[in-house]
Amino acid sequence: MRPKRRQRMILVGLLLLGVALAATLAMLALRENINLFFSPSQVVSGEAPHNTPFRLGGMVVAGSVQRASEGLQVRFDLTDTAQSVTVTYNGILPDLFREGQGIVAQGKLDQRGVFSATQVLAKHDENYMPPEVHDALQKAQAMGVK
Amino acid sequence: MDSHIELTWRARFHRLGSPPAVYRLASKLLPWASALCGLCFAVGLYSGLVLAPTDYQQGESYRIIYIHVPAAWMSMFVYVVLAVSGGIGLIWRMKLAEAVARISAPVGAVYTFLALLTGSLWGKPMWGTWWIWDARLTSELILLFLYLGYMALQAAIDDRRTAARAGAVLALVGVINLPIIHYSVEWWNTLHQGPTVTKFDQPSIALSMLVPLLLMALAFQLHFLVALLARIRVEILDTERRTAWVADLLAGDPHV
Repeated sequence: MRPKRRQRMILVGLLLLGVALAATLAMLALRENINLFFSPSQVVSGEAPHNTPFRLGGMVVAGSVQRASEGLQVRFDLTDTAQSVTVTYNGILPDLFREGQGIVAQGKLDQRGVFSATQVLAKHDENYMPPEVHDALQKAQAMGVK
Repeated sequence: MDSHIELTWRARFHRLGSPPAVYRLASKLLPWASALCGLCFAVGLYSGLVLAPTDYQQGESYRIIYIHVPAAWMSMFVYVVLAVSGGIGLIWRMKLAEAVARISAPVGAVYTFLALLTGSLWGKPMWGTWWIWDARLTSELILLFLYLGYMALQAAIDDRRTAARAGAVLALVGVINLPIIHYSVEWWNTLHQGPTVTKFDQPSIALSMLVPLLLMALAFQLHFLVALLARIRVEILDTERRTAWVADLLAGDPHV
């Protein structure tokens, strides 16, 4: 029985190894396609597709949000701290949308390089804290204590 | 002396292969595990839903993490149990390991479904969508399909031993999905946020929010244990239904 068990163990090991290898190769081949969105830098350098819809992700630049006086039209800049792209959107924004927040927008680039979005999703960060702690952190940061 | 100790340990290990012994052990542990599980759920839910502070950004909606995160952790943990016990069954042909694999699959599928459902309910108000095909959500959905595929395979093959072997191969192939789920948020850019608790530096969650989360994680672990104990008893009675000890048990013999 012993050699038989060892043989089975080797087979299981080979199976795991083979699957891991296949998955690694598949993911290396698909690397770019699995990414959910393009960054503003990629859009500015021309890597993003033209004339077809794609997703654009970045942070909303503080002070860039302009709302139309009537209707739901909104215009803001998205940045990845290196480059930024202007986005226009007509619709209801998610709860978490605000300046400085990471968002993912689906839409198309127009001729002027403005991204006109059909859907805007908020990307949440992984930090959870009570509001008092957040206020204290902000105050500490403002005072230069990091 | 040494050989004596080794013998007793061996004897204990071999008792794990004895269905009546496992049945008695499971029956003995079940009420204790159930009570502890109920207590953890009560304390965890109360501290998570009532005592824990509101989040600075998400308000009250973040409280879904007390269900969502433990369910997602368990969906992966149960898969590890499924694959390891499947592998043990495959190599050593141990009946108990095969039974553990078979009975964990539906429980794991429920946790996976719960994680997807609660995530979707939270995603609509927070992200703005019920579903998005990003790497984390898609790989978790594949995990659900792996569980369902395993269960379908078990149901399709009449002979239990053959079904266990076929299922174990499927479970082992699916193991590759676990690191993909875990690292999906780091390898690719996704809408789902990165890890909060399991990252290498300090968890980025306030302690008053973390403690209820860990309590809920413990409660879910105990729930899995309870499900496992209850299901293994039924499984043993079913596979051993033609044996003398089950007949004695059903006749009400107090010694079984």
